[in-house]
Amino acid sequence: MAWRIVPWLCGLLAVSWSVAAAAPRGEAPVIAAAADLKFAMEEIAAGFTNETKHEVKLAFGSSGNFASQIEQGAPFQMFLSADENFVFRVADLGKTVDRGQLYAVGRIVLMIPKGSPLRPDPTLQDLAAALGDGRLRRFAIANPEHAPYGRRAEEALRAADLWERIKGRLVLGENVAQAAQFATAGGAQGGIIAYSLARSPVVAALGTFAPISDAWHSPLRQRMVLLNGAGPTARMFYHYMQQPPARAILVRYGFVLPGDLPSDR
Amino acid sequence: MDWSAFALSLRLAVWTLAILLPVGIWAGRRLAWRRFPGQSLVEALLALPLVLPPTVLGYYLLTAFGGAAPLGRVYEALVGRPLMFTFEGLLLASLVVNLPFAIQPMQRAFEAIPIEVREAARCCGLSSWRILRRIELPLAWPGILSALVLTFAHTLGEFGVVLMVGGNIPGETRTVAIAIYDRVQAFDTHAAGIMAAVLLVVALAAIAASYGAAGNSGRRRG
Repeated sequence: MAWRIVPWLCGLLAVSWSVAAAAPRGEAPVIAAAADLKFAMEEIAAGFTNETKHEVKLAFGSSGNFASQIEQGAPFQMFLSADENFVFRVADLGKTVDRGQLYAVGRIVLMIPKGSPLRPDPTLQDLAAALGDGRLRRFAIANPEHAPYGRRAEEALRAADLWERIKGRLVLGENVAQAAQFATAGGAQGGIIAYSLARSPVVAALGTFAPISDAWHSPLRQRMVLLNGAGPTARMFYHYMQQPPARAILVRYGFVLPGDLPSDR
Repeated sequence: MDWSAFALSLRLAVWTLAILLPVGIWAGRRLAWRRFPGQSLVEALLALPLVLPPTVLGYYLLTAFGGAAPLGRVYEALVGRPLMFTFEGLLLASLVVNLPFAIQPMQRAFEAIPIEVREAARCCGLSSWRILRRIELPLAWPGILSALVLTFAHTLGEFGVVLMVGGNIPGETRTVAIAIYDRVQAFDTHAAGIMAAVLLVVALAAIAASYGAAGNSGRRRG
């Protein structure tokens, strides 16, 4: 009687095997992209597929997390970090083709969800007042330990002399996209997230935001790099990232491009 | 709805079942009928994944099989690609976390078979293999089925270990449970909702099927 299940198991195995085989696996390289690129990158990848008929698979997360996964041997072919130091770290370990290329500079914003008693005040003075009068109960940022945007949020909060007071109220997102989700889902009264995420229609519809001065934090210099074992499609995509269509999308999501800065490359 | 994530979860669950079914039958019989020194220690180790936080297991797997660890390097040298953040790594993690779900119900089922029944079969001159096929497996069947169902449902739902040793790589390690988490972060609550509902229905159907099968076979024999 128990043996009746054996053909079923074999059948299921065959089906799942063929499903997996039918998908163009192995052919489409997996690209690890910083979470601030979530919406911009999906558009860029769609444009790339349209133009070249090649597909890429995107994985989004915190740059620090990806760097340690790459150290452990994760099978990514390209890494777009929100902080170039993570690219240098994996490059120093010999995991990359070269030291990569700067592709954008990011910004942080104060995000205030609909219905929150806070005001989108870019000087963070209203945030300080809200801490005092009890309007602020929870505030979302990405985890400063491994998410570049979290680290910059911490720097900005320190620059505004708020860090020690706000520390106990923080909810930490695993990456900046999760921080954005926490900041807008209703549990928190605000958060510091990526400008590029706040600009996307889905997030923008959930609240208002105010850019925070980039003098308050070290720059979010975003660097991309091809990893060892990168195939032709990944190389094409790396090249495509530097072409006008991709750059136009990055600009639309509020990134400053390297060519537009005086001293970069 | 992320069908590739769903297909991946199914593939993982089926592989886990295919490997744990023989392992569970062997280990279940052995633990049920033959006492040996250190048995309680072995049973405790097998039950450990039930109470251990998945992240603890994930941590040990990462340190044992990561790119920098000796075991991980040996694997990579033999197979040509790293174990962590691949489907094979996920399968290893899934096998470990599902050990108690597979073995314990089978062990209970084999324990419930009276020794007289097995001895009578042996006296009739049946070979061990025929005793297993004709006597033991049919009697233990409800336990084996519930082990398989629990393992299947648990694999579809496993999250912590998968995220730690698999990451979130589309088509390779993004299972449906991870895809739900991923879609919520992408503000795509619609897709997350559909996938959550599908998992809910599958889990419910699996449990209903196992209860139904156990009930039927019990009645037929009783």
